[in-house]
Amino acid sequence: MTSRSLTHPAHPAGSSPGPLTPGHLRRRLVRRTWLLCAALGIAACVLVVVSGAVGSVAVSPAQAAQLVVGHLLPGMPWMSDGSLTPLQDQAVWQFRLPRALLAGLAGAGLALAGALMQVTVRNPLAEPYILGVSSGASVGAVLVIVFGSATLGGLSLNAAAFGGALGACVCVALLARKDGALSPTRMILAGVALGTLFSAVTSYLTISTSAQNVVSVLFFLLGSVSAATMSSLVGPAIALLVAGVTALLLARSLNALMTGDESAVSLGVDATRLRGVLLVVASLLTGTVVSVAGGIGFVGLVVPHVARIAVGADHRRMLPVAVLGGAAFLMAADLLARTVAAPTEIPLGILTAFVGAPFFLWLMRRGGAERAGFGR
Amino acid sequence: MRVDFDDVTVRLGGRDVVQHASLTIEPGTVVGLVGPNGSGKSSLLRTLYRAVRPRRGSVRVDGQDVLRLSGRQAARAVAVMLQDAPTDFDLNVEETVLLGRAPHHTAFGRDTPTDLDVVADVMRRTGVTDLADRMVATLSGGQRQRVLLARALAQQSPVLVLDEPSNHLDISHQHELMTTVRSLGRTVIAALHDLNLATRYCDRVVVLDAGRIFAAGPPARVLTPELIRTTFDVDVRVHGDVDEPVFAFRPLPAAAGPTVDGAADTRTESRIPT
Repeated sequence: MTSRSLTHPAHPAGSSPGPLTPGHLRRRLVRRTWLLCAALGIAACVLVVVSGAVGSVAVSPAQAAQLVVGHLLPGMPWMSDGSLTPLQDQAVWQFRLPRALLAGLAGAGLALAGALMQVTVRNPLAEPYILGVSSGASVGAVLVIVFGSATLGGLSLNAAAFGGALGACVCVALLARKDGALSPTRMILAGVALGTLFSAVTSYLTISTSAQNVVSVLFFLLGSVSAATMSSLVGPAIALLVAGVTALLLARSLNALMTGDESAVSLGVDATRLRGVLLVVASLLTGTVVSVAGGIGFVGLVVPHVARIAVGADHRRMLPVAVLGGAAFLMAADLLARTVAAPTEIPLGILTAFVGAPFFLWLMRRGGAERAGFGR
Repeated sequence: MRVDFDDVTVRLGGRDVVQHASLTIEPGTVVGLVGPNGSGKSSLLRTLYRAVRPRRGSVRVDGQDVLRLSGRQAARAVAVMLQDAPTDFDLNVEETVLLGRAPHHTAFGRDTPTDLDVVADVMRRTGVTDLADRMVATLSGGQRQRVLLARALAQQSPVLVLDEPSNHLDISHQHELMTTVRSLGRTVIAALHDLNLATRYCDRVVVLDAGRIFAAGPPARVLTPELIRTTFDVDVRVHGDVDEPVFAFRPLPAAAGPTVDGAADTRTESRIPT
């Protein structure tokens, strides 16, 4: 059809502002992806060290870095020469570091789960909690807070939250199934309806319990990583690794699914099966994160969109940027959460919304946002 | 590659939208499926690219049942130019055409030089090279259709399915599209509304009506004024010569008003294949 392309003559007389060579934009976006990933990776490392240095026990950034390296590599001289006090060691290694790492893992996990959910139901409003994951987890957590772990047979808050999260997902998946396939619209509607139901249970339990419990419940609902320990990192770390590898291996298929089920099938992608796999992966990831960090909002909805605005919707570029961006964002947010009003701590969910929403709105209004589908 | 539909029946929403359709398409021929809305053209095509499973019968490409192939194998044998694709999460034109290379890859991986060469070539053929960096959502309907054709061509499959490929295209681009498609030497099956386009560019046309194959053969022989009148409920006048007729359509007088009386009866009677 080269001979007569009416809308775009092969040699424009007035030299339009278009690209010099085809593929120009794609190459620029690939370059930008590498740069962004490097920058975000460095930012995350810096945030770990800064988080280690900030708090009531005085530790310099250099000492914090020494402590982190010293625990990871054997035989570092500064670990035994008395320059670091046991109190400093405890503050950094047992409290601040797990906390920063959990914030990073939760941010990365929620951003990845959000990106996967958005393509699974092909809806920009989707987020990790769309299938009622967080409201299910909340019911589990609130049951433990209100009735006490002992009454529930020694069930821990984390386990109860994880159970609630998975229970909600299974319910939604079963309700959304029709003729062996998951319909995106039914998934969203079933998730919203069940979520409302679970929220009512949570609200009732919260309002009928003592005032002291209410604060605990609110902290869980808004999300917090203040209770992080090294062992609480294991679950989210494994879930993130598994989900991340799966998502990257499926990146091309995700791109195909983005263009519609029929289109995906014509490109050799089994849309129904892929949707099932994504649902399981995203739900397990979200459930694991929620069970240890509570219902941290906003990250899973917005970070994927920011990544698309930055590098386009191709999952091979967008997923790594979203994962690293989510990690850096939530680490920074947690640092703020425990410093801005110190010694009082602000729940993480409040900060993510307070900082993230204006930033996102600014980005959305700016030019270039059409790469994320905001062009219309 | 040869394509065989063997006694295909498709059931959708409790209705057999395609009934006992048998059809063989010889390698390298361009075949047009014509028929009124709801006659089953798209449903029949969808069994070929596995978007629906036939309730009965089988569809074979090069002798192989398409349902026995893996998804990627099938997509390397049969490419589809769909009518439109959702753009909730939008790719640019070049990325969209690159999607056509997906069946040639197993997992995460860079686009190979071959991929990029193929994509550059099909974009040139379809005249979308200058649109490469545009987002698909910002294109006109006709531009989008050319991008979707480029994507299908990038699959480099021996069989090409076109589902109403020209409904958004202006007249000159309709002819360009059909000329491009003909020049490929691939086996092409296209659902077409424009009978003049079908007559001019197809080696054979297949007429579907109410889910059944009603007639099949060379366009000039099959698309008689009689058949058009009974199948499409329009009055037709033929211009041009015998081998390449040009049709001009007019509504049947009966469709204009409520006075149906005898006209409806004649039409039902003449539906019986002769």
